[in-house]
Amino acid sequence: MLKFLLRRGGTMLLTALCLTFVVFFLTNLPPNLEKLAKSEASVRMSDADVASWIERNGYGRPILVRYGEWLGVVPGWTNTEADGRLRGRCVDRAPVPAEAPAYCGLLQGYWGFSTFFKAPVGDKLGYHLGLTGILMFWVMMLMVPASLLIGVLAGMREGSRTDRVLSTFSITTTATPEYVSGVVFIVFLASPAGFQLFKGSAASAMDGPTFENFFLPVLTIALYGIGYIARMTRASMTEVMTAQYIRTARLKGLSFGAIVLRHALRNALIAPFTVIMLQFPWLLNGVVIVETLFNYKGFGWTLVQAAGNNDIELLLACSVVAVFVVLVTQLISDVGYVFLNPRIRIA
Amino acid sequence: MTDPAPHPAAEPGTAAAPILEIENLSISFFTRLREIPAVMDFSCTVMPGEAMGLVGESGCGKSTVALAVMRDLGKNGRIVGGRIRFKGRDLTTLGDTELRDIRGKEIAMIYQEPMASLNPAMKVGRQLMEVPMIHEGIGAAEARARALEVVSDVRLPDPARILNAYPHQLSGGQQQRIVIAMALMSKPALLILDEPTTALDVTVEAAVVDLVKDLGRKYGTSMLFISHNLGLVLEVCDRICVMYSGEAVETGAVSDVFDRMRHPYTQALFRSIPLPGADKTTRPLVAIPGNFPLPHERPQGCNFGPRCDHFVAGRCDAADVPMFEVPGQDRHATRCLRFAEIDWSAPAKAARAGEKVPVGDVVLRMDDLRKYYEVSGGLFGGGARKVVKANETLSFEAREGETLAIVGESGCGKSTFAKVLMGLETATSGRILLYNQEIQDTPIEKRSPETVGSVQMVFQNPFDTLNPSMTVGRQIIRALEVFGEGRTDAEREARMLELLDLVKLPREFATRMPRQLSGGQKQRVGIARAFAGGAKIVVADEPVSALDVSVQAAVTDLLMEIQRKNRTTLLFISHDLSIVRYLSDRVMVMYLGHVVEIGSTDQVFSPPYHPYTEALLSAVPIADTHVRKKRIVLEGEIPSAMNPPPGCPFQTRCRWKHEVAGGLCEREVPPMRTLAPGHQIKCHLPAAVLAGMEPVITIAAE
Amino acid sequence: MEPLGWGGILAGIALRFLPVWIGLAATFAISIAFKRRLGLYGKIFDSTVGMIGLGMVLFWVFTALFAGMIATHDPLAVVSGMKNAKLGSPLPEGFAGYPHYLLGGDNLARDVFSRMVMGAREVLKIAPAATLFAFMVGITLGLPAGYFGGTLDMVLSFLANLVLAFPVILLFYLLVTPEIVETGIPVIMAAVLFLLPILFLVLLWNSRYRVAPMQRNVLVAVTLVVGFWLYAGLAFDADPLGLISMPANLLIVFVSVVFVNAPTVFRIVRGLTLDIKTRDYVAAAQTRGEGPWYIMLWEILPNARGPLIVDFCLRIGYTTILLGTLGFFGLGVSPESPDWGSTINEGRRLLSVFPHPALVPALALMSLVLGLNLLADGLREESLRD
Ligand SMILES: Nc1ncnc2c1ncn2[C@@H]1O[C@H](COP(=O)(O)OP(=O)(O)O)[C@@H](O)[C@H]1O
Ligand code: SF4
Ligand code: SF4
Ligand SMILES: [Mg+2]
Repeated sequence: MLKFLLRRGGTMLLTALCLTFVVFFLTNLPPNLEKLAKSEASVRMSDADVASWIERNGYGRPILVRYGEWLGVVPGWTNTEADGRLRGRCVDRAPVPAEAPAYCGLLQGYWGFSTFFKAPVGDKLGYHLGLTGILMFWVMMLMVPASLLIGVLAGMREGSRTDRVLSTFSITTTATPEYVSGVVFIVFLASPAGFQLFKGSAASAMDGPTFENFFLPVLTIALYGIGYIARMTRASMTEVMTAQYIRTARLKGLSFGAIVLRHALRNALIAPFTVIMLQFPWLLNGVVIVETLFNYKGFGWTLVQAAGNNDIELLLACSVVAVFVVLVTQLISDVGYVFLNPRIRIA
Repeated sequence: MTDPAPHPAAEPGTAAAPILEIENLSISFFTRLREIPAVMDFSCTVMPGEAMGLVGESGCGKSTVALAVMRDLGKNGRIVGGRIRFKGRDLTTLGDTELRDIRGKEIAMIYQEPMASLNPAMKVGRQLMEVPMIHEGIGAAEARARALEVVSDVRLPDPARILNAYPHQLSGGQQQRIVIAMALMSKPALLILDEPTTALDVTVEAAVVDLVKDLGRKYGTSMLFISHNLGLVLEVCDRICVMYSGEAVETGAVSDVFDRMRHPYTQALFRSIPLPGADKTTRPLVAIPGNFPLPHERPQGCNFGPRCDHFVAGRCDAADVPMFEVPGQDRHATRCLRFAEIDWSAPAKAARAGEKVPVGDVVLRMDDLRKYYEVSGGLFGGGARKVVKANETLSFEAREGETLAIVGESGCGKSTFAKVLMGLETATSGRILLYNQEIQDTPIEKRSPETVGSVQMVFQNPFDTLNPSMTVGRQIIRALEVFGEGRTDAEREARMLELLDLVKLPREFATRMPRQLSGGQKQRVGIARAFAGGAKIVVADEPVSALDVSVQAAVTDLLMEIQRKNRTTLLFISHDLSIVRYLSDRVMVMYLGHVVEIGSTDQVFSPPYHPYTEALLSAVPIADTHVRKKRIVLEGEIPSAMNPPPGCPFQTRCRWKHEVAGGLCEREVPPMRTLAPGHQIKCHLPAAVLAGMEPVITIAAE
Repeated sequence: MEPLGWGGILAGIALRFLPVWIGLAATFAISIAFKRRLGLYGKIFDSTVGMIGLGMVLFWVFTALFAGMIATHDPLAVVSGMKNAKLGSPLPEGFAGYPHYLLGGDNLARDVFSRMVMGAREVLKIAPAATLFAFMVGITLGLPAGYFGGTLDMVLSFLANLVLAFPVILLFYLLVTPEIVETGIPVIMAAVLFLLPILFLVLLWNSRYRVAPMQRNVLVAVTLVVGFWLYAGLAFDADPLGLISMPANLLIVFVSVVFVNAPTVFRIVRGLTLDIKTRDYVAAAQTRGEGPWYIMLWEILPNARGPLIVDFCLRIGYTTILLGTLGFFGLGVSPESPDWGSTINEGRRLLSVFPHPALVPALALMSLVLGLNLLADGLREESLRD
C-alpha cells in the first residue's frame, strides 16, 4: 500500500510540475508580458520601454529560471534601479530590503502578488476558495445522494416504468449545460417572467447563504452531475443485476430487496465512486460558470478575473489549486476503488 | 467405469412419490422478432435419491428446463404449457413468496462458471451462512458452524480460513466446491447441476464429480445433472434423458440407453464420440450429417428427420412424433416412430476406412527448447520480478504426415510452445529446426512468407477465430495475399473457392459474415485459412473442444482427411485423451512446462505410465458401460507456473511419490529416461515399480 | 402592423421550418422502408428513443443546411426600434422583407429567430468536424498504446492524463486568447494535430495494400496530395488554390476542442484495444505474419466500432456544450457571431428583464445535445441486442 501511494505521489508530483510549467509558460509568453507592462506602467509605452520594463522587473530571465523562482528553488531576481534603490522579487515585499531572503516561491509559502487585487495572492485566494468550498459542500450534499438513489432505482429493474422516467430525467440533465440550466432557472424561478421564488444572484450568499439566495447555484451545478452520475450508476447497476451471482442469490431464495441491498449495491457502487471523483474537473467548470452567472465571488470567479485581467501570478495560483484538486480526487478515486473492490490487492 | 452407481433408488413396492415430475413442459422465449419455442413437450421424472442426467448439444434446451424448474426464466421467457410438480406441488403456479421458500431450501442449483456464481465483494462465509439464515431463521453462530461443517464436507482444506476468504482468492476448483457447499447448506431435496465442471480442468473435474456423487449419497439428494458429456453422465447418473432440439428424444435407465438405445439420434451421438477401440483408420468416427435446427426453423414431424439415416418420407415428416414406451424395460421411452423396425445392432454405414498414411522424414525438431517469461508481481507494478518457466527442456521431433498430440491441462505451457514455434515469441534457449533450418530466434516479421505459410495454426474458440466484421471469403483471400499465393485477384478468388470446397463448405459462404455461421462452420473456415499457404505443419490448439460432440467428429475427420491428402504434420494440442487416442500417432504429455512423457500412442496409453499420465487417463470420463476404469483422484490443484514446487513438478499431487526413496522427488527434477525405443518419461520411480503398474482402463468382454 | 399572438408566432415558425419538415419526412420514410438493409443505422428505427434522438439531431442538421431559407432576417442586421422587442413584434412600417421578429429582438435590435437558425449552422460546422478530428487523433494514438503497451503506452497515457487533469476552462482561458494567437502556438498545435489524420489514412492504406504495391502507391499518393492540400489550408491558412481557409481565431477554438477531447477518445480506444487484442482472430493475423498496423486498423478497429460510434454521438454533444462554454465566456469566435454560446452570454446580462434572447439559443442547444444523447442511447441499446 505504501509503495503504491509513493508511486502515485510521484506521478502526481510530476503531473503537477508539468501542468504548472505549461501554465507558467503560457501565461508568460511575450505578448502577455507586453500587455502586463502596458497595464502596469503606461499604455502608451514604446517597444523599447516595454523591453526595458520587462528587463527591470525580472521578467526577462529565461523561462526555466523564472519558473524556478516561482517554485522557490532558484533565488529571486534582484536589480539595482537607476536611482540606486535595490529591487527584486523577494526584496520588494521584505520590510528591510537588505535582509530579504534569497528564495521566495511556492516552497517558501509565497504565491506571488496579484495585480488585480493589488494584494498578495495568498491572502486573497484563501477567502475565495473558502466561498467555493461552501458551495461545493452543498453541491455534494445534494448531488451524491440524489444521483446514487436515482441510478440504483432506475437500474434495479431495467426497462421498467421507473427506469424509463428516471433515465429520461438523467439524460435530459446531462444534455443541459450549466449555462443553459442556470439561465432557465433564473428566467423561470427568479425573475418577473416566471415565479420569483429565488434570487437570481448569489452575491448576498457570500455573507450568509440562505435557501433563497443559494439554492439555485447549488442546484445548477448539481443537476448536470446528478444526471451523469445517475447514468453511470444505472449502467453499473443493470450490469450487476444480470450477473450470475445475482441469479445465485435469487435462487438461494433471497427477496428482491435483500438481493439489491446485500448483493447488488456494493458491487454496483464501485464504478460510480470513481466517476464521482473524476467528476471534479468537470464540476470545476460548473463552478466557474455558475459563479460567473450568479455573481458569487468564489474561486471560479477569481479564475475568470485573473484570466480576464492578465493577472499572471493569480492565474498561476488558481491553476495550482485546480490541478491539485483534480489530482487529489484522482488519488482518492484510486484508493477508494481498491477498498471497495476486494478483488484488487495492492502489492 | 467406477462402481455402478448404487444409489438408494426407490424400492419398487414402497412406491415413493417422485420428487420432481415434469409433464409436457413447453417453454418459449419472446423476442422482438418472434417467439422462440426453446422447449417443447418435455417430460421427465426424478425419484427420491435418484440422479437424472440431461444430455444434448448446446442450445437444445437443457438449461432452459433447469431454469424453468427454478422458475427463473428471465423477463422474456415463459412456460407456455405443461406442469412441473415438485413433491406434488405445481411449481408453475406458485407465487413469489412460496417460490422463495422453495429456492435454496428445497431445490438448489449449481451452474457452469463458479467464479461468476459467487459475489465477488462478499466473503465466502457470509454467502454460505445466508442460506440457512433466511430459510431456517437460525442465528449467525449456528449458521457459521453449519458452514464450517459443509465446507469440510466438500473436502476443502482449512475451512475456517476459506470462510474468511473472498471468492477471487480461491482457485477455480475450490470455487466450484464452495458453490456446491452453498447448494447443500440447507440440505435440499433436489440439486440441479448445469454443466458444473465444464469450466474446470479434467483432473479437477474428476475430483468434483467424485465429490458430487458422494455427497448425493450422503445427503440423499436427488439430482438433475445437465451435461453435454455422455461419459460424465455415465459416471454420475442412474437415469438419462437425451434432448434434441427442445424435445426429450430418449429417456431411460443409463444402462438401457447406453447399451440398448432406441433412438437414431442417441445412436448417432455414440457413434460420433471416440470411445476406446475407435481408430481413425480402421473404425473411424461417424459424424452426424447436417446441422442442428434452430428453434424457429424446426422441420415438420420428427425434428431429427433431416439428419436421420432411417428417415422415411411421408411417415417421419407427417406429424409431431410422440414418446413411445420401449416395452420390457424400466421406464425407457423414445421419440422415434420406427424404433421397433430399425436394426439397432447394424454397424454404422459410413466408415470409409482410409489407408494409413506412411510417416515421412523429420520436418520439425525441437532441441532442449526453453521459454522463460519475466513478469512483475503485483497489480501496481511493485514487487520483485519473477521468472515464469513456461517451457522447460522441450525436445521432440515430428515427421511428415504424422499426428503428434500434445496433452496437458491449463497452464502447462502448450500455448507458449505454439507461440514460440509460430515465431510470435522467441525462444530463451534451445533450437527449433524446421526443415533443418534454425528458426528459434527468428520472429515472425523476419520469416519469409513461405516459412510463415508452411507453419499455421487452428484456434480453439470458434466464436473468436474469425474477424466478425469481414466476410469469410475476404478473410481467406487476405491469407492468400499475405502468403503470396496467386498472381491476380481472380486467381486468388478461385483458390479461395477451392479452399471452401476443401473444408466442405458451400461456395456461397464466401460472402457471408462470420456471425451467420455455426460454430462448426466457423471452425472449418479457420481450417481453410490455415491451409491457404499450403501449410506443411499445422498446430491445432484444441480445435474441437468448444464444439458439440456431433460436430467434433466431422471437424476432426476433416482435419485427418486434409492431412492424408497433403501429408501435413499435425501438432494436435488437447486435454481430451479420448480424442488423442483416436487420432494421434504419438503423444507428448506436458505438466507445468515440462514434458513428462512422450511416446507412441500405444506406449503412452498402456503401462508403465508416468504418474501424471495415469491420473489423466483415469480422469477422462468414458461413455462406455464396458469400460472399467481405475479411479485415481488427484488431490489439490495445479500449482501456478509462477511458483512451481521444487523438485519434480508433479510431486504435490503424485500418489507414487512415496515409492521413491529419500524424498528425491522433492529435491531434484527427474531426468528424462528412455523406457523403450521412442518412449521416454520424466520420473524418479524405480524400474520395478514402473513395471508393476496396472492398466487404468480395461474393456470388459461383452 | 399588429404584433403576432402565440398562435401566430408558432404558425410562423412552423412555416419557416418547412424545408426541415420535408427533409425529416423524406429521411424517415426512406430509412424506415429500407431499415433492414441499413446495418446499424437501420437498427435505430427499431428503438423509439433512437428515433426521437435522430429526429432531433436531423432537425438541427437540416436547419443548418437550409438556414438561408429559414432565417427571416440577416442575423447581423440591426433594425432601429426593435431593441429587446417582444416575441412576434412587427417591424416598423415600410420595412421590406419578413414583417415580424418571430422570437423578438435582442439588445442590439437583431432578430433572435434568425440568429438561432444561423447559430445552428455555426455549431454544426465546428462540433462534428472537431469531434471527428479528436477521434482520428485518439485512435491513431490509442491503438498503438493499447496494442504495444510498455513504455509507449506509459508515455502516451501519462500525456493523456496530463491533459485530462487540466480543468477545461483554465485551458481555454490560456489558449483561446488573442495573445496566444499572436505567438503562433495554435498553428503549431494544429500542425501537429492535423498531421495525425493524414498519418492515420496512410497507415490504413499501406497496411492493407502492402501486398499490392501499385494500388497502395496510388491510394497513398492521393491521400498525401489531398491531405496536405487540406492541411496547408486548415493549419497554415496557406491553401495554394485559395479554396480552404480557416481564420486564426476559429482555428484556435477548433484546436482547443480537439485537444481537450482527444485524450478521452484515446483512453476509450486504448481500453477497447487491450480487450480485442486477446481475441483469436488477432492471434491468427499475427501467425500469418501481418504487421502491427494491419492488425490494429483492420482487425481491431472495425470490431471496436460499436462503442466508438456511440461515444462519437455523445461527444458531438459534449463538444457543442464546450463551444457554448467558450461563447459563454466570450472567448474565441467573434462577438458578432450568432453561435448559441455567445448569444446566451450576451443575453444573460438582461436576463431577468428580457429573457428571450438568452432563452431561445439555450433551448436550442439543449435540444440538440439531448437529441445526440438519445441517439447514442438508442444506438447503444440496439448494438447490444442480438
Ligand atoms: N433469454 C433468451 N432469449 C431468447 N432465446 C433464448 C434465451 N435463452 C435461451 N434461448 C434459446 O433457447 C434455446 C435453448 O437454450 P438453452 O436452454 O440454453 O440450451 P442448452 O442449455 O441446452 O445449451 C436456444 O436456442 C437459445 O437460443
Ligand atoms: S421418427 Fe423417423 S426421422 Fe425421426 S428418428 Fe425415428 S426414424 Fe428417424
Ligand atoms: S518423480 Fe516422483 S513425484 Fe515426480 S512423478 Fe515420479 S514419482 Fe511422482
Ligand atoms: Mg446450457
